[in-house]
Amino acid sequence: MFRTVLTSAVFAGLGAGLCAALFQFQFVIPLLLEGELYETGARVHFAVEGSTQSLSQTPPLGTDWARHGMTVAFNFVSYTGFAFLLLAGMSLAALRGHPITPRSGLVWGLCGFLAVQLAPAFGLPPELPGTIAAEVVPRQIWWAGTILASGAGIALIAFGNSLLPLAGAVLIAVPHLVGAPVLDTYFGIAPPELSALFATRSLGAAAVGWTILGYLAGFFHSRLAEEGDAATA
Amino acid sequence: MTTQTQTLPRVQSTSPAAIVFAVIAGVLLIGASGLAQASIMHDAAHDQRHAMAFPCH
Repeated sequence: MFRTVLTSAVFAGLGAGLCAALFQFQFVIPLLLEGELYETGARVHFAVEGSTQSLSQTPPLGTDWARHGMTVAFNFVSYTGFAFLLLAGMSLAALRGHPITPRSGLVWGLCGFLAVQLAPAFGLPPELPGTIAAEVVPRQIWWAGTILASGAGIALIAFGNSLLPLAGAVLIAVPHLVGAPVLDTYFGIAPPELSALFATRSLGAAAVGWTILGYLAGFFHSRLAEEGDAATA
Repeated sequence: MTTQTQTLPRVQSTSPAAIVFAVIAGVLLIGASGLAQASIMHDAAHDQRHAMAFPCH
């Protein structure tokens, strides 16, 4: 059983990580590189005097293969990590009689996107490089806490009886009522349009990655479990 | 021979130990790719962290 979870997590993580990386290179990384032009001062949007204008043009991806290779590699690592957590949840549900299938995996993947990407982004939007924000450790704590509360809340809604779904909804709301760590000043140097597009694009790329991840986790797990049963039968 | 497995909903049972293993593996991988602040990890994972909206720096 270790092998089924391990193998399906790695296969699903590789597949989803590769798709997410391709999607990022097409839609997200060019905006990130454009944001770096403002971070370094190569482009200036908010002139001290004069109008707020700047060129709207993403730079090419370039030939920094080591950098882009690392982006692909870390997508593999992240999505494989998420696949392990997703499969842990799916296996717990399977113990309670909910079979693991590609179709149920799709729902798990979408809920994973809600808990791990959308809920934290509600308080801490995806940031262009160069964005000045609150201290990183409190943000990481709020980020992790929000993921835990949202994941637990969704699970209570999906699997809880009587008043537990209501408690789940409250649990999802709590991190946002507490509030993410933010600064009392805006420091943005990049055009608002660029920051907004970066935020929606990175969420969109994550939605693609998570949907594929859930489907593949269900697909590989059900296939491998069947093969394991056939081998032991 | 195969009719039984096709008509009954299949419920695969994963041992609790495997579930605990999956949680630990997941947390370790996410910690490395998303949260570790050592500068070599941060630089290598930089673009992916921004693209995935991990709190980066």
